[in-house]
Amino acid sequence: MKEIIKVSNLSKTFTTRKNDKTAAVREVSFVLNQGETLGLVGESGSGKSTIARLLMGLIAPDRGEIRIYDNDLKTLKKNPLDLYSKIQMVFQNPAESFDPRKTLGDGIAEPLKNRGYSKQEIEKRVVELLEMCGLTADFAAKTPASVSGGQCQRAAIARALAVQPEILICDEATSSLDVTVQRQIIDLLVELKNKQNLSIIFISHNLALVQMFCDRVIVLYNGKIVEEGEPDYIINNPQAEYTKLLLDSVL
Amino acid sequence: MAKEILAFDSVDISYENGEVLHDISFSLMEGEILGLVGESGSGKTTAIKSILGLLNDGVVSKGNINYRGENLLSLSEREMRQIRGAEIGMIFQDSKDSLSPIRTIGSQILESMAAHAKINKSEAKAKALDLFNRLNFHDPEKIWNSHPFELSGGMNQRIGIAMSMLTEPSVLLADEPTSALDVAVQKQVVQELLSLREIFNTAIIIVTHDIGVVSAMADKILVLKDGYSVEYGVARDVLNTPKHEYTKLLLSCVPRLNKK
Repeated sequence: MKEIIKVSNLSKTFTTRKNDKTAAVREVSFVLNQGETLGLVGESGSGKSTIARLLMGLIAPDRGEIRIYDNDLKTLKKNPLDLYSKIQMVFQNPAESFDPRKTLGDGIAEPLKNRGYSKQEIEKRVVELLEMCGLTADFAAKTPASVSGGQCQRAAIARALAVQPEILICDEATSSLDVTVQRQIIDLLVELKNKQNLSIIFISHNLALVQMFCDRVIVLYNGKIVEEGEPDYIINNPQAEYTKLLLDSVL
Repeated sequence: MAKEILAFDSVDISYENGEVLHDISFSLMEGEILGLVGESGSGKTTAIKSILGLLNDGVVSKGNINYRGENLLSLSEREMRQIRGAEIGMIFQDSKDSLSPIRTIGSQILESMAAHAKINKSEAKAKALDLFNRLNFHDPEKIWNSHPFELSGGMNQRIGIAMSMLTEPSVLLADEPTSALDVAVQKQVVQELLSLREIFNTAIIIVTHDIGVVSAMADKILVLKDGYSVEYGVARDVLNTPKHEYTKLLLSCVPRLNKK
């Protein structure tokens, strides 16, 4: 199996105005293999989202290294258009990740515009992407506020896939959705993953969802990896105390 | 045999753009827990807000909401104020939003208790700390002197719930009380609501989209879809043998841990 992301000894500490230090990520190491769906599970404050932001190069680590396709992320960041053609992210709140004054079509077109596509090419591609994500062409003219949460998340996925990335990071991408819509989005991700040959990092606090969707799971607590393995195995044979607590808390 | 305490009798609720709840009926017994389940926009929150006359622009356009046999809709605002908090309490998704950030928990508890009954400060404090103890709050005295921002989100929520119970209401309305919490805290809050029911014999209406929470708590379940009551019955029956297609769909979409 080919390693496409390799994270080694990653650490990140945040300092508040009062000079309190919070070690959000501590000495975290893991790999993402080609074609794999990797779950990152933990509660608020476990470091899940910080790891996502570090992987996207949105913040810089204090220590450690992130390699994507065997290149140092620090080097890749010098050429953002190339980097973000490889790796894209879908956030928890789809409406907040679109400009409220622009249409969904504008949002999806932006990465294509940045890469110099012609107007006709962009129009055609936006429709293709919307349809690929289970929306109709008329959604291009709608604003984020005029569509439902599920529809907006489909559009956010369409935008993330516009540049045909190989890696998709989903940060609680289904957590604010109703369960029936959540199921639809998971089904869509499964379908797209197979069609587009994506590798996915799926961040969630929901172990049941991770068991359903992921090939492998990492359990985070307080910025550290406490357990890692196949979801079925971990759920039936948790070793770490924290994983046991987490499983015991599922109602 | 438990007595009926609150009932919806064919209630319609309308906002300016039209009807949002259609012909809703249920009956809540003393000490009973009713789970009001549905997705965004199904009308769950509207239903419980109507009980306390908190609809803002909305209006109950048909039916009665009876509390101890009296139609709440016919009460004056002044009479409703006697009911709110004292007889029927309410808690929200995030108690921190309902607390003042610049005052201590203790001073806010004193204020809320004084609003409903004549009680002196030391009695009120003793009562609050006693309840904190019964709910196994760690270091009640310290909590009493803390500001909301000094405590975790989960702790704020537990305090908000305890606070609403200090006036010993007969009915507690809980709007997504566990949705903003991590699973471990969520379980703790569910257990606390159950022990509050044991202590005070309070009837609870819990509004949630979380099937796990209702299955752990509710005696009865009412499933709402687009403002219609699609299924109402004993929790076990609704969860194990749902009759309506929508309930079946809803239950089938809930991700469940697959333990061998």
